[in-house]
Amino acid sequence: MVIDEKLIKYLEDLSFIILSNEERGRICADLENIIAGMELLSKLDTSSIPKQDLSLNLKTDLRKDEVTPSFPRNEILKNAPKANAETFVVPKTVE
Amino acid sequence: MFELNALELSQAIREKKLTVVEVVSAYLDAVKKIDEKINAFLCINAEYALSKAREIQKKLDAGEELSKLAGVPIAIKDNISTKGFKTTCASKILDGFEPIYDATVIEKLEAAGLIIIGKLNMDEFAMGGSSETGAFGAVRNPWDISRVAGGSSGGSAAAVAAGALPLSLGTDTGGSIRQPCAFCGVSGIKPTYGAISRYGLVAYASSLDQIGPIGRSIEECAALLEIISGEDNKDATCVMQKPFAFTERFKNKLNGIKIGLPTNYFEKGIDNGVKNAVLAAAKTFKEAGASVIEFNMPFTEYMVPSYYIIASAEASSNLSRYDGVKYGYRSKNAVTLNEVYRMSRNEGFGLEVKRRIMLGSFVLSSGYYDAYYKKASDARSLIKSAYEKLFEQFDMILSPVAPTTAYKLGENIDDPMKMYMGDIYTVSINLAGLPALSIPCGFDEQGLPVGLQLTGNAYSEATLINAAREYQSITDWHTKKPGDVI
Repeated sequence: MVIDEKLIKYLEDLSFIILSNEERGRICADLENIIAGMELLSKLDTSSIPKQDLSLNLKTDLRKDEVTPSFPRNEILKNAPKANAETFVVPKTVE
Repeated sequence: MFELNALELSQAIREKKLTVVEVVSAYLDAVKKIDEKINAFLCINAEYALSKAREIQKKLDAGEELSKLAGVPIAIKDNISTKGFKTTCASKILDGFEPIYDATVIEKLEAAGLIIIGKLNMDEFAMGGSSETGAFGAVRNPWDISRVAGGSSGGSAAAVAAGALPLSLGTDTGGSIRQPCAFCGVSGIKPTYGAISRYGLVAYASSLDQIGPIGRSIEECAALLEIISGEDNKDATCVMQKPFAFTERFKNKLNGIKIGLPTNYFEKGIDNGVKNAVLAAAKTFKEAGASVIEFNMPFTEYMVPSYYIIASAEASSNLSRYDGVKYGYRSKNAVTLNEVYRMSRNEGFGLEVKRRIMLGSFVLSSGYYDAYYKKASDARSLIKSAYEKLFEQFDMILSPVAPTTAYKLGENIDDPMKMYMGDIYTVSINLAGLPALSIPCGFDEQGLPVGLQLTGNAYSEATLINAAREYQSITDWHTKKPGDVI
């Protein structure tokens, strides 16, 4: 299938990425090539697979619903690119 | 000291022939010398390691029995959270990030008395098969530094192969422990999905990722796997309750063991050097008493497409957390909040990561979901059922790990499909959640290591390890070292 300008920009929006023109051309070509390889799957008969099959069938026990301490706020904020004493800081979104 | 394996090293420490500080100091010196050539480390924390060494020595002197690997130095792939060590996933977007908690496997290693000396280089967010996609330079293969170490756990395999460390931890989403082990001539285990806690493992594709051990011999890997395995109430997918205990060996060597050999894996697209070494290994297993039964592996052409659709879909979701707000990199040029998200992600992620995020967005998007993601999930169910049927006939499957040996740096980096096809023998095992191990089985005509893969049914690690132990007791491929780097 052809990955055109409209589709690649749609994928950029979905992925929250802005590509440069050079990257856009390259990723367009790569995705076309990769998706062409994946189209082979359409030949596989999967009609025997029941709907909502859970491939790994993991069975887990629920843990007790107990309150435990969470991480201290100041430690979490240490890794933020920008923060004040209480919160992450981002550019103003409402005037 | 460097001639001792990890188990012998710990025994020498416990018998007071060596101290933990002596061992850690010697390995820190070795790492400095070796890493200039192979770029396997992203971070070395000598001060922390020596302080831990003193702490562990005190415990041993006080008579505490920590584990059979107590005092042994280890390093960790840089996608596993380590409190006090930077954890970058080899990505600019996490440059400088210091986790505020340890992964469960790290807590288990420290309780067992192993000494963490640093973090290891890898493909960015474990996306790649050559350890070239990271933001901090490619890992080089100790057997030939003009070649790749494999990936994504390239640093973990190269460091052990070069003798910088006796043991390391890697992670395996589609072959990322097994393939670099094959390229670097060391042993590694991808455990059953659910055997090891993923708490603190930075997620790439959550239904496929597993942490596993890398060492020169399978015996050392097995000892490390015992330590890191078992339940964790912080990870609902870690369902194995008791840790592994690999104490029981085969009573009658390999007699009675049924090994499946997928003949279609050897028909096309495989280097002769790999084919010859793996078939010779199958012959060795047969001569040691195993039955080697040929069969055709079904669904082979659908394995790589299914894997890349599912892994990319999960990655596109998991990597949405990197937004320039909570941790890591924020673009200096962003003015609005929307620009913070989009420009930070564009400047912070490398090309391969962006490619996979966008591929994941595509296969999950409205209009394409059924044809790609749903189809791949159904294919995954068929592949899993096929393995279940195969393990009614065989105890294990013997195959190559990769179709080639280590290739030149830069040789495949611009051809993603060629790179993805290199995962043909490994990805289906992650799709089915099964255990597999990679052990050295010879060299190609260029003198590069070849690995063989043993795959078993879920939680059959003990059987696989016993078979690999027998193989390594009658061959010496795992003892070979790349002389010119050390």
